[in-house]
Amino acid sequence: MAEQKASTSIEAVESGLAAQGYIASRQIATAVYLSQQIEKPILVEGPAGVGKTELAKAIAAWRGMKMIRLQCYEGLDEAKALYEWKYAKQLLYTQILKDKLGEVLGGAQTLHAALDQLHDFGDVFFSKEFVEPRPLLQALEQPGGCVLLIDEIDKSDAEFESLLLEILSDFQVTIPELGTVSAITPPTVILTSNSERDLGDALKRRCLHLHIGFPEQRLEERIVESRVPGISQALRRQMVGFIHEIRSLDLKKLPSVSETIDWARVLVLLQAGELDTEIVKDTLNVLLKYEADIEAAAPQVTTFIAKAARSNVFG
Amino acid sequence: MRENLHRFFRAARGAGVHVSPAESIDAMRAVKQVGISDRAILRDALLLTLAKSQDEKLALGDCFDLFFSQPEPRQDQPEADNDEASQDADQSPSSGAASEASQGQPPEGLGSLAQMLLSQDRNAIAAAIANASGAASLSDIRYSTQRGIFSSRILDAMGLQRLRDDLDDLTATNPALAERLRNALDALREAVRDTVSQGLALYAREEAENLRNEILRNAPLARIERRQVAEMRALIRQIARRLRERYSKPRKRQRRGHLDVRRTLRRNAAWGGVPFLTAWKRKHRDRPKIVALCDVSGSVAQVSDFFLLLIHSLHEVVDDVRSFAFSSHLIEVSEILEKKSPEEAMAEIMSKVGFGSSDYGSSLVDFEKEWMSTLTPQTTVIVLGDARSNNLDPRADILRRVSERSKRLVWLNPEGRLAWGFGDSEMPRYATFCSVVRQCATAQQLERAVSDIVATYQ
Repeated sequence: MAEQKASTSIEAVESGLAAQGYIASRQIATAVYLSQQIEKPILVEGPAGVGKTELAKAIAAWRGMKMIRLQCYEGLDEAKALYEWKYAKQLLYTQILKDKLGEVLGGAQTLHAALDQLHDFGDVFFSKEFVEPRPLLQALEQPGGCVLLIDEIDKSDAEFESLLLEILSDFQVTIPELGTVSAITPPTVILTSNSERDLGDALKRRCLHLHIGFPEQRLEERIVESRVPGISQALRRQMVGFIHEIRSLDLKKLPSVSETIDWARVLVLLQAGELDTEIVKDTLNVLLKYEADIEAAAPQVTTFIAKAARSNVFG
Repeated sequence: MRENLHRFFRAARGAGVHVSPAESIDAMRAVKQVGISDRAILRDALLLTLAKSQDEKLALGDCFDLFFSQPEPRQDQPEADNDEASQDADQSPSSGAASEASQGQPPEGLGSLAQMLLSQDRNAIAAAIANASGAASLSDIRYSTQRGIFSSRILDAMGLQRLRDDLDDLTATNPALAERLRNALDALREAVRDTVSQGLALYAREEAENLRNEILRNAPLARIERRQVAEMRALIRQIARRLRERYSKPRKRQRRGHLDVRRTLRRNAAWGGVPFLTAWKRKHRDRPKIVALCDVSGSVAQVSDFFLLLIHSLHEVVDDVRSFAFSSHLIEVSEILEKKSPEEAMAEIMSKVGFGSSDYGSSLVDFEKEWMSTLTPQTTVIVLGDARSNNLDPRADILRRVSERSKRLVWLNPEGRLAWGFGDSEMPRYATFCSVVRQCATAQQLERAVSDIVATYQ
């Protein structure tokens, strides 16, 4: 039955991503599965460092496809995202072809006849050979499909969003001189956003909307397990518990998954057997990126360690 | 299932999630892919396709839980049974649920509903309620006052009439059983009432909100109730967003003006003055510069509050806003409004100048002394107040000078036109120097007034 297939396929997505070292929650796996089935881009929102970009990389690695990345920034425009004419090449070729022009027009007696002959050659200089494909166009031209990552779309201007609409809904772009270029194989499109500004409704409507928040404790433990294999289970539990306590504080920037992984690596390097106040205080700067945050968290360290240890016992 | 999904979309709209037809099509396709057997996956799929922000996800998640907490009509019942049951239950002798549950205890000759109740088959009852509420089109419920009528419609559709007859018969023949049936009926009524309340929560929210907003838009700002202030603030923000959308995008077309003869000649000097290249004058378009003088005494204070909130949420549209508040004297409040939340800002303004008896004359004197130089020919000056100056000197001459220095002088008066000029109102005297005088007592009038002011710059 189709329904049976769906839940097994979703599990397949989960395990496929897990094989690439990306532990996905079921919601993420569902999104990936659906985007493939109904051919829709995924718009991923969430705080920095929860693995939005990693998701795209993992999908590409899992499916064995190329990943094309377009990093957005203020002032990004068509010429950098979509395509550009190779002006230098065009100029060079006109110079080289100047001599040929005489041969082509040799037979023409009048200006009118010469023009007609020229027209027969078509728009040589505005053909595929002179187009420099940028990431968006590249993505459409991959014969085997690819994963197109449009990173931090919220950093770009509102006009750029409108540019994306055509590619997102129909997987095609229109170049005025050439016509419409459709995708050979529709790429899997992932857009990420840190919600720095609100995206337009038109863009949101064309996407599946996935919000990745901080993972639950169990999930985060699994993530650490897959990313930092050298860490002992007891320490892993303890440190993830500690980080969850930290996230309950009112901080400028809460530690996210990438910080957890960094911290786990640091703890392994320092050969820590278990958390104690000393080592946490020394390495707090790995977790927290603002001086004010470190100051706010430092007095709580001992209680948090105790709490994490307690939850460890019951968990 | 399609029917159910459509009802769910309506419920989602009621919960404030914007579900466009395109999105509902996506959701349908997604549901077709994942199926409906696994509720958690179904929930994820709907959340992914319909909700487009974190808030919407929360709202839709709640809506999903509420919606699917009601028992679905059971699949194994034939469709025809639903229809018949809804039209007249006593003519369709119980097929499906009731007969399968009848363990011989209830005597023959009773209506299906009575049998169902006596056999206490909860699933069947729940299914019957769901069917009947479908037949009574519960999803059309809009107002809480309709609860009674929908309850009775559902009960009728379930065959209440027949049940009453049965009850009468039984009272004569089998009093004990009648008593049981009566209790069961009470329980049924309660269950139906709950269903209707749930339906109200699901479907009526959107309509109720529209109605409330409509009322709110036309309510006098000055006499608004305390509990409505927050709602009004939200409404004002909505208005601000609308105005921003309408006026923030510059329209490029209009920028080209007449031929600039001087620049054209100079540019074409190389060709001996033959105009190959033309140069055009640009139409100069200013973004609005606004100076707002707001009366914050007594009854006008609330209106000023909303007005200032509106003006200061128009950053994208308005270049520069300077706000001044006065009652007996005048201070600049732009900075307070920019830095603090609306509630705090208003409290601070009130503590500084609020609640005094208004003195327009001396406030205008204050303005002329310190800030007259801020007025340029691009500035629109907006005065918001009732022009009731407690019979003090109105100093209309200052207002004349303000009017001469600025592009426009707009006076917004929360009082009705009839009251102008009566008592201590100096409105007629001020009005001579104003470009526009309009009444501004409700959110709607406020929107129109601000919209007009911004539009003059387009």
